[in-house]
Amino acid sequence: MARITLSDLRHSYLPDPQSDVDYALKRIHLEWEDGGAYALLGPSGCGKSTLLNIISGLLHPSEGRVLFDGDDVTGRPPDQRNIAQVFQFPVIYDTMTVYDNLAFPLRNRGVEAARVEARVREIAGMLELDEMLDVRAAHLTPDNKQKISMGRGLVRDDVNVIMFDEPLTVIDPHLKWKLRSKLKELHQRVRATMIYVTHDQTEALTFADQVVVMQEGEIVQIGTPVELFERPAHTFVGHFIGSPGMNVLPCEVRDGAAFFQGVRVATETAPTPPQGASRLELGVRPEFVTLANGDGGVPAEIVRVADAGRRRIVEARAGETRINLLLDDETEAAPGPATLSFESAKTRVYADGWLMEGAR
Amino acid sequence: MSIELREVTKRVGAEIHLYQTSLELAPTGFNVLLGATSAGKTTLISLLAGLRSPTSGEIWFNGEDVTDVPTQKRNVSLVHQFFVNYPHMSVYENIASPLRVAGMDGAELKRRVEEAADILRLGPFLRRKPGELSGGQQQRTALARAIVKESDLVLLDEPLANLDYKLREELRDELPRLFADRGATVVYATSEPSEALLLGGHTATVSEGRMTQFGRTSDLYRAPSDIETARVFSDPPINAAPVIKAEGEIRLGDSARWPAVGAIADAPDGEYMVGVRPHYIAPVASDAPGVAVNGEVKITELSGSESIAHFEFEGGVWVSQSDGVHPYRVGERHEFRIDTAGCLYFGADGARIAA
Repeated sequence: MARITLSDLRHSYLPDPQSDVDYALKRIHLEWEDGGAYALLGPSGCGKSTLLNIISGLLHPSEGRVLFDGDDVTGRPPDQRNIAQVFQFPVIYDTMTVYDNLAFPLRNRGVEAARVEARVREIAGMLELDEMLDVRAAHLTPDNKQKISMGRGLVRDDVNVIMFDEPLTVIDPHLKWKLRSKLKELHQRVRATMIYVTHDQTEALTFADQVVVMQEGEIVQIGTPVELFERPAHTFVGHFIGSPGMNVLPCEVRDGAAFFQGVRVATETAPTPPQGASRLELGVRPEFVTLANGDGGVPAEIVRVADAGRRRIVEARAGETRINLLLDDETEAAPGPATLSFESAKTRVYADGWLMEGAR
Repeated sequence: MSIELREVTKRVGAEIHLYQTSLELAPTGFNVLLGATSAGKTTLISLLAGLRSPTSGEIWFNGEDVTDVPTQKRNVSLVHQFFVNYPHMSVYENIASPLRVAGMDGAELKRRVEEAADILRLGPFLRRKPGELSGGQQQRTALARAIVKESDLVLLDEPLANLDYKLREELRDELPRLFADRGATVVYATSEPSEALLLGGHTATVSEGRMTQFGRTSDLYRAPSDIETARVFSDPPINAAPVIKAEGEIRLGDSARWPAVGAIADAPDGEYMVGVRPHYIAPVASDAPGVAVNGEVKITELSGSESIAHFEFEGGVWVSQSDGVHPYRVGERHEFRIDTAGCLYFGADGARIAA
């Protein structure tokens, strides 16, 4: 397994890129430790697949280098990079048995039979495939097929990195749940460097120790799941992570305090926005908005209360601005006028989308 | 419109795709079909659409038997998981197509297309081809086509499954509003319990070709009629284990016992299954009501806002889901607390023990 360095990568699909907008990837620089679990998270078109293809060698970057343990592999084709990949759709040989599918990557590299056998049985055990080793892959359910794909990625112990590209997108929720925890368990056991690419925040946050959030070809934040939830560096991260995402409310700052629709809102630290910021906003997650009883708070109108099972999502409007609240099952909430209160330690000011320096 | 399935079955060769099902859909709000892939959702939708005929039974629309009425004459709209648009036509012409088929043109057609495009925020893209749109915009185009037609019955077969997570959240939020005032009966198939909850309305849970229950969505979630419905309607999956009721208490293996209260108190002594959704299992020994259990943590998943732990207990793996960040360590024993007020009990036949 390897430490992976992406050094000043840029990539454009155009022959003669001029400005930043011509780049699908705009200067990416990051380092991934050996044995870590990482996720690349972002919406379609954010550049995460481009980045994945550069790491796997399917794509040569316009600029920059890819290093595995300090070794420059930028010019090497995929088959010389020693990586394993698992894709959205299972890639398996239908006519082969489960055993032969798992053994294939090893036999292909001339690994001796006894070693193949030991390794296949070990991986099959971890994935709970041992009962079906003699079954032809064609007869399996989609989640078992995807397990085999994962097993084929895991069976070699000499790979630099295992990359997962939206591996659970086509899997039903309850099976997705099982596979997700299986994968997590596998990482905890084998400690291989794993990179997981997805648009699904739940998958990224539950799998990875560190998540790279991308938007429009740029990294907007790198952090642990807790950091991304607790302290989004950008309103995009606040919105993209969390369901519903962070409330982003237009605000004014004067006399060292933030005001939303004329109401003073206490924030984590006294806001001191940079000179010339064109857009000031308050960011507060629905988890940290409550219904105020008594004085103070933001007057609003509750327009809808949706049952989300263990919680309720309350949609309120203050003027034209929508504010979501997440309440537990027991708190009373009904459509009509209400006063909202924001937990000050979790309310922050963003200038032009970015968390204000002073607040970091 | 009133829509009814009367003792409908569907067999293909020797395979049963749908066991005998009788169902009267709610005329307003969403009718969600919730179940795993190949549970029978798409079979139900194809039967309602008239794309397939039942093996036996009847389908009634507004008091009329339409079992043998072809799909073109049923006034239904269908939106699939895969965005189906005409690639060579503009967005405008795509939306207009059902109206043109119906022989409409001129100012009325223009008005209706623009109205639908407006509702789905496609106004700026009317002259583009579907291939030039994002996935979300393509699916909005398909939805606009379903709306413009003013069908009596709108069938949405996992329409958001192929969209990005955030886009799905956005459209899921819009959909109930979109159909709220249109007077159409809406059927929406999904495999995601959270989606069913948020869409509200009514839900039918479907499992292996059988409809297990139909009723108000929140009732099905909170008071499932049987264990299969509870399983289908839980994400993360519900914890389930055999328990014994004796001497006024519930016994789970050797280590956990708690007083039998509620409907189970009146049930005879004997063997039952208990179902506990993961959020009723808290990670710490608190003074919250319930019973303390402990087990070795096998897997942890911390999402930033909530913590999930899989732990071994009484020969099975249990899952706890809680708000906040809890420092579990894999391989160590932790104490958890089951909120017994959140326990559901099921008899040997799978039926929930209810008052």
